[in-house]
Amino acid sequence: MEALIVNALLALMMVSVVVLARTRNLFAVIVLAGLYSFLMATVMVALDAVDVAMTEAAVGAGVSTVLLLGALHLCRSEEAKPAHKPWLPLAVTATTGLVLVYGTWDLPAFSDAEAPIHKHVAPRYLEEGPRETGIPNMVTAVLASYRGYDTLGETTVVFTAGAGIIALLRRRRRSAADKEAP
Amino acid sequence: MTRDMVLRVVAKLLIPFILLFALYVQFHGDFGPGGGFQAGVIFAAAMVFYAVIYGLDNARRVLPDWLVESMIAAGVLLYLGVGFAGLLLGGNFLDYFVLDPEPVAGQHRGIFWVEAGVAITVSGVMLKIFYLFAGRGTDGEQ
Repeated sequence: MEALIVNALLALMMVSVVVLARTRNLFAVIVLAGLYSFLMATVMVALDAVDVAMTEAAVGAGVSTVLLLGALHLCRSEEAKPAHKPWLPLAVTATTGLVLVYGTWDLPAFSDAEAPIHKHVAPRYLEEGPRETGIPNMVTAVLASYRGYDTLGETTVVFTAGAGIIALLRRRRRSAADKEAP
Repeated sequence: MTRDMVLRVVAKLLIPFILLFALYVQFHGDFGPGGGFQAGVIFAAAMVFYAVIYGLDNARRVLPDWLVESMIAAGVLLYLGVGFAGLLLGGNFLDYFVLDPEPVAGQHRGIFWVEAGVAITVSGVMLKIFYLFAGRGTDGEQ
C-alpha cells in the first residue's frame, strides 16, 4: 500500500515536471514548482521522514515560491523562445541520468537492514543513544550531540549563504540609489 | 493584497498557530520529529506569510532589519558558545557531558542551546533573503 502511494506520488511528480518544462508562462511554472515541492513533501511523509517533509513544505513550497514570485515581479511573465534547439543539453542530461540510474544498481535495496551503512555506527547509536543522551528521538540525538561538529558546519553554511545574499543584493540596491541621487 | 478582508482575517487567525507550531517543533524536537532547522524555517514561513498579506513595511516593523541581521550571526555564535562552554568547563569542544554535574542533564542542556542556535540562524537567513528579494524594485510593497 505504501509503495503504491509513493509510486503514485512520484508519477504525479513526473507529470508535473514534464508540464513544467513545456510551459512558457512563468507564473504557471512557479505554481507548478510549488506543486512539485508539495508532492515531494508528501512522499517524505509516506516514507516516515516527517521532519524532512516539514522542511520541504515550508522552504520548497512556501518560502521559495514567494521568492520566485518576487523575482517574477521584476521581469516579464512570459519565457522567451530559446535561440537554439536544446539537443546538446538534452543529450548531456539524458546521459547523466542514465549514468546515475546505472549507479543505483550497485546500491543496497531500499530499506535493507543489512546494508553497510546500517552496520557501521548506527547499532551503537541505537543501543547506547537513549542511555547516553536521555533523548528518545534518535535523529535529534545524532544531529545535535553525536554529530555536533557536522551540524555546526551546516549552520555555518546557512550563515555564509545569508552573508553572501546580503553582500550581493545590498550593494546593488545602494548603487541604484546612488545613480538616482545625482 | 492589503485590502482583501478575507485574506487578512484568515491570516490573523492562522499566524499565531503557525508560530505556536514552530515553538512546538523546536521544544518537542527531543521527543518527536523536528528540531532547530525545521522550527526556524516554519517561523520564517509564518513571517513571510504575514509580510505577503500585510505588506513588507509592517513585517519590517515587527522584525526590523537590524534584528534579522543580528539573528543570522547570533545563532552561530550561540552554537560556538556551547562548544567553548564545554572547553571552559574542562571537556572537549562541543562536549555536553560537562555542562551539568549529571551527564544526561548536560546532554539535554547542550542540545537545547545548540538547537536554539540553529533555529535563530536559519530563521534569520530565511527572513533576510525574503526581505532583500521582496524589497527590490517595489519599494517594499508587495
